[in-house]
Amino acid sequence: MEKGIPGDMYREHMLELYRNPQNFGVLKNATHEKTEYNSLCGDEITVQLLVKNDVVRDVKFNGSGCVISLVSASLLTEKLKGMEKDKVMEIEKKDVLDLLGVKITSARIKCVMLALDAVKGALK
Amino acid sequence: MELNNRRAKQLKKDFPIFENNKGLVYLDNAATSQRPKQMINAVIDFYEKDNANISRGVHTLAERATERYEEARKVVADFVNADSKEIIFTRNTTESLNLLAYTLESIIPEDRDEILLTEMEHHSNLIPWQQLAKRKGMKLKFVKIKDDFTLDMEDLRRKLTSKTAILSITHISNVLGTINPINEIVQLGKKKGAITIIDAAQSVQHMKVDAKKIGCDFLAFSSHKMLGPNGIGVLYGRKELLEKMPPFNFGGGMISKVTFEVSEWAEIPEKFEAGTPNVAGSIGLAEAIKYLDKIGLDNIGAWEGELLNYALEKMRGVSGIKMFVGKNSGSIISFIMEGIHPHDVAQLLNEDKIAVRAGHNCAMPLMKVLGVQGVSRASFSFFNTFEDVDKLVEGLKKINLKFKK
Repeated sequence: MEKGIPGDMYREHMLELYRNPQNFGVLKNATHEKTEYNSLCGDEITVQLLVKNDVVRDVKFNGSGCVISLVSASLLTEKLKGMEKDKVMEIEKKDVLDLLGVKITSARIKCVMLALDAVKGALK
Repeated sequence: MELNNRRAKQLKKDFPIFENNKGLVYLDNAATSQRPKQMINAVIDFYEKDNANISRGVHTLAERATERYEEARKVVADFVNADSKEIIFTRNTTESLNLLAYTLESIIPEDRDEILLTEMEHHSNLIPWQQLAKRKGMKLKFVKIKDDFTLDMEDLRRKLTSKTAILSITHISNVLGTINPINEIVQLGKKKGAITIIDAAQSVQHMKVDAKKIGCDFLAFSSHKMLGPNGIGVLYGRKELLEKMPPFNFGGGMISKVTFEVSEWAEIPEKFEAGTPNVAGSIGLAEAIKYLDKIGLDNIGAWEGELLNYALEKMRGVSGIKMFVGKNSGSIISFIMEGIHPHDVAQLLNEDKIAVRAGHNCAMPLMKVLGVQGVSRASFSFFNTFEDVDKLVEGLKKINLKFKK
């Protein structure tokens, strides 16, 4: 059975963000876009970015997902605004986990990474 | 032995996993079964007492290992009412179906270029055929499912034609639990001259499957879903067809004569078993079958049916739940909870030590038909009890509370 503090993943602040994610929607003037699939559950998340002079001016995401993937996308997209493209490409798994700040079980890492994979894929 | 809640509780004691994971409520039996100590001990016993390679040596152990491997084949043959020669050991259902997708290629008549499947197939009974269709320029067709999650038999009759080369169909859906009327379907297929294949991965552990009675050409199933070890599966095939088909894998053990230039193949079933097989696996599988037979598949089916009805009734009381359960259902309940992702449901149930599957359940196209991204799935075995169901239902109600804060 799972070790650690599994309840952590569903703390109230996580559920709150799940109900009201930031940057959820469609970006009409996007310059970059990528859809990523979670082969585990069939979820998909599309990330759209507006990049000018190699800086992320705006970002939105849409699709369906679990608490972990939607909250990760919400927190990540919030962080991206105003960031240089090169810096975005340097973001790693650890950084998204830090943003979440809760313990994630290994089976759910793909959910954490879905939005970041889409962002990097879009900017590549 | 007739089963009831008390007997189920006793049988659970045969499964060491519950001793080592206190409080575990295992409802993921359709993914893989738990293993009884009788089976585990049979495997250990083989390695400790009889281990040798088979069909090669003349020493005592080699003879003993060979005998035990062939005895295991006989047990499997009896289990599905087949001849030992018609039982090929593979790795799992997936490999059994891949074996067919590669070897049937050469015996399909030229004028037949369609493969008929259903919308409720597991990826393992879909992707090998997609690949065959691609290689041979064949066409895939899918029998629709109806609103009650059973197969649309009229659609099947329409799509089954003199062009159908292969009709491959699941016995029990791993998502919907629907038990398909395979006797009738195989009859229809044979009348049209199609090769008939049954994916029995979800059925052999729940009900008596008689290959002769069904009359199918091939039948595939996995050991790990029926209390046996991982890494061994079965392909039953009708002798006449197996004899006509070319080998799938090549190498040791599957030949009669080899020169540097050419080789001749061994008789069936060896022709299809290249390389050292999973001998210990076969012995474990035979032991698992003996265990199932001792309880009796009829008794297992009856108890699981009772459990399923109990669960369906209880789960209907959970607000926001939608269940995808076929008429004539087996022991599987797939469901979604309004506004909550299936993975979150499974993860939160896990906090109460309840193990269920979540996601597309290896049936992505079916999810599309159902109009969902994924589902959570509770699947029962004969050792499950009313208390297990109660814990599941309590767990689901707790999740609702958490999300509706």
